Amino acid sequence: MRGSSPGNNARPVLIFWIIAGWAGLVLLPWYGVEDFWTFEWLFDGYPQDSDYAPLIFLAGQGEKPWLAPMLLPMLAAPFALRLPKNSSAYAKILIGSGAFGLAWLIAQGFGIGLRGWNYGWLEALFGALDDRQFGMGYGAMLLATAFLFLLTQGIAARGAINGDVFVVSSIGFVIAIVAAFVFFPIVRMLTAAFITDDGGYSAAVFFAKFFETRLWSLGCLTGGNRCGVAWNSFFLAVLVGLLTTVLGLVFALIVTRSGFRHKRLLRALTVLPIITPPFVIGLALILLFGLSGSVTVFVSDLFGIQPTRWVYGMPGVLIAQLLAFTPIAFLVLIGVVESVSPSMEEAAQTLRANRWQVFRTVSLPLMRPGLANAFLLGFIESMADFGNPLVLGGNFDVLSTEIFFAIVGAQYDQGRAAVLAIVLLGFTLSAFYAQRAWLGKKSYTTVTGKGDAGIHPNMPGGLAIPVYLMGAFWALFTVIIYAMILYGSVVELWGVNNTLTFKHYVTAFSVRFEDAGIRWTGSAWNSFWTTVQIAAIAAPLTAAVGLITAYLLTRQNFAGKNSFEFGTMLSFAIPGTVIGVSYILAFNVPPIEITGTGIILVVSFIFRNMPVGIRAGIASMSQLDKSLDESSLTLGANSAQTFRQIILPLMRPAILAALVYSFVRAMTAISAVIFLVSAEYDMATSYIIGRVENNDYGLAIAYSTTLIFVMLLAIALLQLVVGRTEIGRRMENST
Amino acid sequence: MNSITNSKAASVSFRNVTKVYGRDVTAVDNISLEIEPGRLVTLLGPSGCGKTTTLRMIAGLEMATAGQILIGAEDVTKLPATDRDVSMVFQSYALFPHMNVIENVSYGLKFSGFRKDECRDRALAGLDLVGLKPYADRLPSELSGGQQQRVAVARALVLEPQVLLFDEPLSNLDAKLRRQVREEIRDIQQSLGLTVVYVTHDQEEALAVSDRIVVMSNARIAQEGSPRELYELPNDHFVADFIGEANLLDCVVENVKADIATISIGTYRQKIPARGLPPGPATLAVRPARVELRRADLKNCIPATVAKATYVGAQMEYTVETEFGRLFAVSGNVDDVFATGTEVSMVFAPSGPVLLPGS
Repeated sequence: MRGSSPGNNARPVLIFWIIAGWAGLVLLPWYGVEDFWTFEWLFDGYPQDSDYAPLIFLAGQGEKPWLAPMLLPMLAAPFALRLPKNSSAYAKILIGSGAFGLAWLIAQGFGIGLRGWNYGWLEALFGALDDRQFGMGYGAMLLATAFLFLLTQGIAARGAINGDVFVVSSIGFVIAIVAAFVFFPIVRMLTAAFITDDGGYSAAVFFAKFFETRLWSLGCLTGGNRCGVAWNSFFLAVLVGLLTTVLGLVFALIVTRSGFRHKRLLRALTVLPIITPPFVIGLALILLFGLSGSVTVFVSDLFGIQPTRWVYGMPGVLIAQLLAFTPIAFLVLIGVVESVSPSMEEAAQTLRANRWQVFRTVSLPLMRPGLANAFLLGFIESMADFGNPLVLGGNFDVLSTEIFFAIVGAQYDQGRAAVLAIVLLGFTLSAFYAQRAWLGKKSYTTVTGKGDAGIHPNMPGGLAIPVYLMGAFWALFTVIIYAMILYGSVVELWGVNNTLTFKHYVTAFSVRFEDAGIRWTGSAWNSFWTTVQIAAIAAPLTAAVGLITAYLLTRQNFAGKNSFEFGTMLSFAIPGTVIGVSYILAFNVPPIEITGTGIILVVSFIFRNMPVGIRAGIASMSQLDKSLDESSLTLGANSAQTFRQIILPLMRPAILAALVYSFVRAMTAISAVIFLVSAEYDMATSYIIGRVENNDYGLAIAYSTTLIFVMLLAIALLQLVVGRTEIGRRMENST
Repeated sequence: MNSITNSKAASVSFRNVTKVYGRDVTAVDNISLEIEPGRLVTLLGPSGCGKTTTLRMIAGLEMATAGQILIGAEDVTKLPATDRDVSMVFQSYALFPHMNVIENVSYGLKFSGFRKDECRDRALAGLDLVGLKPYADRLPSELSGGQQQRVAVARALVLEPQVLLFDEPLSNLDAKLRRQVREEIRDIQQSLGLTVVYVTHDQEEALAVSDRIVVMSNARIAQEGSPRELYELPNDHFVADFIGEANLLDCVVENVKADIATISIGTYRQKIPARGLPPGPATLAVRPARVELRRADLKNCIPATVAKATYVGAQMEYTVETEFGRLFAVSGNVDDVFATGTEVSMVFAPSGPVLLPGS
């Protein structure tokens, strides 16, 4: 039975992809069709009309002749079915047809665009072309996928990764999508920075924009009034990194090294930044410290001081980011502080160090890599933050908002946006690189897997008092902020008319029950349902891509695994605004033309949140003993069956967590989204920002509050479901 | 019909197999090995000697860097684990925690093309063989360590593999259970006539269960043979010391007549098999039980002083000091004990000491 004909079990996969490829050629429209899922195109000239025609009809009618060669590899591939899997011709046919097809598809897509040849030298080579083509559609997508998997099956047949088709195909797939949706847009953006007004390329243009004083001026240090945007971002990010690390450490110490009773409450704090749309804290700060803010009014009444706009600018943005990102630092540092093995500290104590000496000489040095990690995370988050600077920035410009205004503002300057994005990307990538290169090798993880019976000593008294004070102050401040958000959503007009009202909720979320059913009359429903829909589509895809990548990273060994890992985690360091700009530049024109659709939003969420899925997957997969997979393999299951029957069932909680987390993150994202929304696909966050810009704070805050509660609900549901699956498993099997 | 038969037991051959990790870590260095069908062969050695890598190459979990691996007559060198007819019992048992016992045992059968009811019958027969039929519906977490171990054995057995592999299967069991389980494994292997490759670092376990033992050291095979051969006729210092304990003494081969050597250590003389060694410096390996201590002042002896005397119940353990270094001796005589500091005469039993090439 086993071992007799290893080739047999790979055949259904090959047959499937050959059929899928032909379906892409014969059935589905080659070019992108608007409103594909209404299927109106089926009755509108399909399959002859060249807008809707599948490739084979285009070729048959002699249109778009450059597409016809892609029939060849699909004609060749079926010949492989007759050959035994270990023959070299089998691998050659598959690699040849897959590689040729993919290469041709990409080449024609980039070579020929909306205005014929995309490049002058092509025209010079082949002569003028009075034809053109639009963005590829589902037919092209299916065919490209089929080509890719033919190629990976061919590579597997040649013996890569023990001839494992599933693993080779997964690697190929992840590389392909990351190349298409992370690297390609970034490269497009880089080239856009060199484009001159008349469409040529020039390094001078880049340098002119790059060395602009608005970007790099150090005026504020030398007594002038303004610093460059890049320095603004940098100084802010360093401050935020430092302060969030300190505050995070304060909370981590309170939780692990003090007699504080309500530790669970502090841990609950970490959920807040996940469910809070990023700019909401900025809004709350305006309610407190803005011109008509409660504190401002109170203080000016008390001391008779003229209210100022101090909160709009660096101080406001700083406070908002500290509030938003401290829980993230806390989350990182609590793990670090807990992982310092108590036995180290106990050993130091038995060696006659007092508590302060133990802390200074043992605990703190062991935490150092974690502190650096928290700093870099805070730095990256601050750099990438878009919502708070937009709401609170005033005249204090940072890179992320400058990018936005370069695209949407009156100046509309793609090149400038690209240059700014490059600068921003340079900062975050350096931090990301530093984190990996420097901290990767310097982990003092002292958790050994053996039981650590000891307990952490409490903080020394001299440290405890300031730590408690800071912790208490900050916790109180956070509570006030969230109370303000809740309160602000039910006030008629903040600072002017303080009567309580549900008016804002009604405007946003009113419904009318009619004979025909429910009518969603509130102004927010449209964006709300779009958001839920897009997030719900993106979440399972994000989780799937993340988990498969995690599986490859933890369970498989292959050449280039390190660069693979770097590439897949890279999108974590790419700020949302950069993703937004690069997506606009890359996907506004063929071959992939998806701006203005819901697809681009889904795609951007998948790649923005992919690292989250990967991390969740890696964390839970490294807890599964590798011998489980190996024993499944020696029992005759192949790697796909092992993944499905052993790994997936054991990771159910991680899958759910990844699902909910990517769903929630998709609902709160703003930075990339604001570039990609369209009238048809408006998202909740960009709608709220729009309200803020119209000074309609009441509605904005009411909507934000609703979002927070929706996401609290989602997380509570997750807790419930995850809790239940573990119990359910027991009950189901013990009957 | 439910009994499991032995018709498929196959031989395993390694031909000049090498495994290199990364660029220059050689885990297995040019090993050639023949394992006959129906035999239990143990790979024995200290940790890091390459024994587990060798086992995993038979399973197909690691691929050989060079050389050829055959199971039966088939070259499986490039075949992945899934496609080899081999099953393995893991050190951690690797029972799937989300499946109950019967699901675990029938897991491999599912992929072997058996019908559903046939899977269940065979799985139950396998469980019966290890005496766990009544536990079919339990989860692995509801079984004791020994029971989990037996489920893992049953899961591997029911596939009727050409070769069954054990990776230190007893290391997670307590000492008493170990003896019992290893006897069970040996019984099943013999009654079903299975080809078994067994990895352990415990020499006593290896001596007890094996038909043949392959001692490995530093990625190479140090010696191969039956348990008795290895214990009584080790080839070199490493094997002599690793299997059982041995006192290694420098000696001189004075002369060799009819393959009987006369050796001298100081003034002490003894005749032992020469094992082809020429006259000249050599090493004498003496098991602690073959060291005899006497009160009487013998003429042909090595004078010694008792440095340490330890009573361990069944026997006495002595450390004695001589001019040729410290020796370790055990004696079954627990009634007449040498006290620490006693001057004694030390001689070696007439059979037992082995001559090894000099260091």
